Amino acid sequence: MSLLTLIFVLLFYTATATLVVGLAYKIRLYAKTPAPLRIPVTPAPITRWGVVARMFFEVTLFNSLFKANKWIWLFGWLFHAALLLVLLRHFRYFTDPVWGWIGAIQPYGKYAAFVMIFGLAGLWARRFLVDRVRYISSPSDHLMLALLIAIGLTGLGMKYVSHTDIVAVKAFFLGLMYFDWQPLPSDLFLVIHLSLVVLLMIIFPFSKLLHAPGLFFSPTRTQVDNAREKRHVVGL
Amino acid sequence: MLDFETPVLKQYPIIPLIQPGVMAHSKPYVAKPEIQGKIGFPEELVENWQEVAIKKMGELVSKSRALRVFLDSCVKCGACTDKCHYFLGTADPKNMPVARQDLFRDVYRRYFTFAGKYFPKLVGAKEMDKEMLDDWYSYFHQCSQCRRCSVYCPFGIDTAEISMAAREILDSVGVGQKYCNEIIGKAQTIGNNLGLREPALLDTLEGLEEDIEEETGVVVRLPLDQKNADILLVTPSADFFAEPHVDGLIGYAKVFHAAGLSWTLSSHASEAANFGMFIGSHENMQILAMRIRDAALDLGVKRIVFGECGHAWSVAYNFLNTLAGPFDFLDPNYPVPQHICEVTYDLIQRDLLTLDKSANDDKVLTFHDSCNIARG
Ligand code: HEM
Ligand code: HEM
Ligand code: SF4
Ligand code: SF4
Repeated sequence: MSLLTLIFVLLFYTATATLVVGLAYKIRLYAKTPAPLRIPVTPAPITRWGVVARMFFEVTLFNSLFKANKWIWLFGWLFHAALLLVLLRHFRYFTDPVWGWIGAIQPYGKYAAFVMIFGLAGLWARRFLVDRVRYISSPSDHLMLALLIAIGLTGLGMKYVSHTDIVAVKAFFLGLMYFDWQPLPSDLFLVIHLSLVVLLMIIFPFSKLLHAPGLFFSPTRTQVDNAREKRHVVGL
Repeated sequence: MLDFETPVLKQYPIIPLIQPGVMAHSKPYVAKPEIQGKIGFPEELVENWQEVAIKKMGELVSKSRALRVFLDSCVKCGACTDKCHYFLGTADPKNMPVARQDLFRDVYRRYFTFAGKYFPKLVGAKEMDKEMLDDWYSYFHQCSQCRRCSVYCPFGIDTAEISMAAREILDSVGVGQKYCNEIIGKAQTIGNNLGLREPALLDTLEGLEEDIEEETGVVVRLPLDQKNADILLVTPSADFFAEPHVDGLIGYAKVFHAAGLSWTLSSHASEAANFGMFIGSHENMQILAMRIRDAALDLGVKRIVFGECGHAWSVAYNFLNTLAGPFDFLDPNYPVPQHICEVTYDLIQRDLLTLDKSANDDKVLTFHDSCNIARG
């Protein structure tokens, strides 16, 4: 096994463990922290199913964000929708045989990378151009966008500039999953792409990326408006 | 006269360019030592305040899912930056909801998160120093805890929750705010925010009875501490005192009278507003809520009805059941607590009130949810 392969085997195991354990820890903490005092934001649903509907639109359409600011919504929603497609498209490296519907979305996924980078660039531009957003941005906010754009660009680099052997890449990742390690191609774009992905996975549970699980535990959005009917003591 | 520049109201708001620091000077009067001591807080800034503040922060976060999730989840998207009236009116960037939260979050990060402990510059984590304490005192008191920002945040981050926690921490190190803390002390000992004692209340109510009789020729009673009445009315003490609030109370009395309902006010719980919420103090909020429960039990009533008050209704509607429940000794056919508007609406629906619509038909109305009836 080459040194590069060895390093990436170790990196990916470490990163996956950090991501999974870190997220599980955080989610457990969110779930176990009490929330007895009801603070659902009006107009709040009065049934569980109402909350499910509210959350569905928050997660899929960024409903509240749409009400708040059309530019952020446009860039942010395009970025996330495209990211989802890109990630689903990547499932082809981890499934064998490739699930049918993953195969079916491949053609659309091709454009997703461009949309994703467009959205990220729009969000980043706001951090420079809008004085209020500039004021609230810390270096990590800039770097997070830079990181995602760099992942996207190196991915595009592999696709349009300098191909990598994706059959070998797939073999490497399937090997990781079945503990039967295979060599990783040593193309520059791939190495950068994967290094940045490892970085993203490791910082996920320590950064604002916790907004993804956080949304599902946000009391103002997930609580049922029923404080008079039901007495909430620990508020789970 | 103060010289105000009143902006013209436009169809779309014009968002001001930020002017850092312009509101740093604005802060409420600090509570005197005896006010602080009376409601269980240190009398003045404690010596090891930094330590106490950080410890309190950890405690509050560990007991509140809202704080936990809100402190972690903000992505600094900026959607809330132009949603706070304090920012729109002052242009001070620390009045943008996210920046207000960041006064808290930056400290939280510094002491409680991996990134903030080891890479403070990178994530903007900051020490809890005197300068920060002063900023807290200024800017966490420039939040009316209206929760408007939480409507727009994609994660529902509610700056009010963070302001409340910050005020609780400020109180715990001994820098309280005079207005709320003095009032809470009065409500806990005398029964209401204005400090009106039973004889004064009786006197006021008698005066109102006379006024009503004079105006309408009808004898309408405003009973105080009447045992075994059906309804306990809990209303803000401003209703006993100030114009136009007192018109509200007169109205409630007329409604109860016309509908033939048996009701009473209480001298023990003569306050609906719960200022414990505004300083984020669970203990104080609970003490005030318990007075209402005690009064209801003592008087043997069947229902609890709240008069109009934005400082009252959020706590009453959302928290009373948790803080002072269960209310299984009351009539289960009515919500606890019920709002006076709900009572009146129900009576109108059942044709139990005869309304003279011409009495108010010269008025142009607009709805502004100042009393939190719609928001709950
Ligand atoms: C349940 C899944 C998720 C939901 C509902 C969600 C929702 C949101 C929303 C509403 C925003 C604010 C608007 C915006 O700036 O786009 C946001 C921002 C952001 N999200 Fe997500 N997100 C999710 C998952 C993810 C994941 C998996 C990543 C990254 C790998 C991510 C990365 C980001 C970043 C970097 C920002 C900040 C953008 C900026 O700097 O302006 N999100 N997310
Ligand atoms: C272990 C995880 C990952 C592996 C093995 C991986 C591998 C690859 C490979 C081999 C390509 C080239 C595709 C081609 O030549 O057709 C690619 C492209 C790309 N990757 Fe990744 N990647 C991973 C994670 C990610 C993540 C987390 C993101 C986004 C944040 C991302 C974004 C992209 C984009 C935008 C492209 C270009 C367009 C496309 O083919 O979809 N990748 N990736
Ligand atoms: S809750 Fe506070 S920060 Fe949010 S909009 Fe209201 S006053 Fe502003
Ligand atoms: S809208 Fe919410 S996530 Fe966005 S900056 Fe404001 S508080 Fe943070």
